[in-house]
Amino acid sequence: MHSFGHRANALLTFALTILALMCAMASFSDNFNSPSPTADVQVLNINWFQKQPNGNDEVSLTFNISADLQSLFTWNTKQVFVFLAAEYETPKNSMNQVSLWDGIIPSKEHAKFWIHTTNKYRFTDQGSNLRGKEFNLSLHWHVMPKTGKMFADKIVMSGFRLPEEYR
Amino acid sequence: MGWIGEQIESIKSIQIRQLLSQAISLGMIVTSALIIWKALMCITGSESPVVVVLSGSMEPGFKRGDILFLHMSKDPIRAGEIVVFNVDGREIPIVHRVIKVHERQDTGEVDVLTKGDNNYGDDRLLYAHGQLWLHRHHIMGRAVGFLPYVGWVTIIMTEKPIIKYILIGALGFLVLTSKD
Repeated sequence: MHSFGHRANALLTFALTILALMCAMASFSDNFNSPSPTADVQVLNINWFQKQPNGNDEVSLTFNISADLQSLFTWNTKQVFVFLAAEYETPKNSMNQVSLWDGIIPSKEHAKFWIHTTNKYRFTDQGSNLRGKEFNLSLHWHVMPKTGKMFADKIVMSGFRLPEEYR
Repeated sequence: MGWIGEQIESIKSIQIRQLLSQAISLGMIVTSALIIWKALMCITGSESPVVVVLSGSMEPGFKRGDILFLHMSKDPIRAGEIVVFNVDGREIPIVHRVIKVHERQDTGEVDVLTKGDNNYGDDRLLYAHGQLWLHRHHIMGRAVGFLPYVGWVTIIMTEKPIIKYILIGALGFLVLTSKD
């Protein structure tokens, strides 16, 4: 009845059940955290703005980002992936999202940051619609947990506008 | 030796009726596993609700051997989401993050560009020759949950099939010899 096999089986099942329960509880506890992150972005310069030979507009920006994402971190947070995306509408596309910069925040100590940079990925339109275009810059974050459910949210900053002429 | 001898004795002593009931309980285990898998497929709307991360291209977020839970809803795909996609001509699905989205005004179709967090450049080199964008039909699901290390079980079993056969054999042996 109580052979070695039975005991090993019972022990393994019990250990795995407890482990699964602890993972579920750790993930559930994230719901009690109500974060209040802040962010601000300033576009400092349009470095260049041109039409590529294939007809798509491309622009290069210099901007700075200051953000405080410390409140996103809980004990179950492995890292926070943060990125800045330009979002705008064109006659052809109802939604254009172009990631301009991203970064990985490994710990709470690094979650309050200030960065001065040019766009890391190319800001290219599908077509030639960027002259005089109004766009939003949104700072998105993606909380990656040690285990369980992932969370994502964003802060939208509106009122940015590209110049009327190529330069 | 005592334990193994005991188990062999118990196999020898199996009667026809007992053999049948053992076979049925084995069948129940297999079918309930299948039912759980298919139910997950229905709930998540994804043809593979759970995937194992095979490469380090999303490190340090996802490491090799971690597993991801997928969900495929009608919601539009947005930048920042981690999606699992199939590229024509490649068998293994890839788990990467969306960095660009262009959604059509009239048809609602999307052009999506992805990149691995740990890779230097975007994924156009991984796509089929000449392909610039991913479309809706390439995408199998978006990652919603994460569990570390569990995927090593399947990685080890696919890379060392002998371990898989030993494990299945041992489990079958235990089911046949158990008396309750």
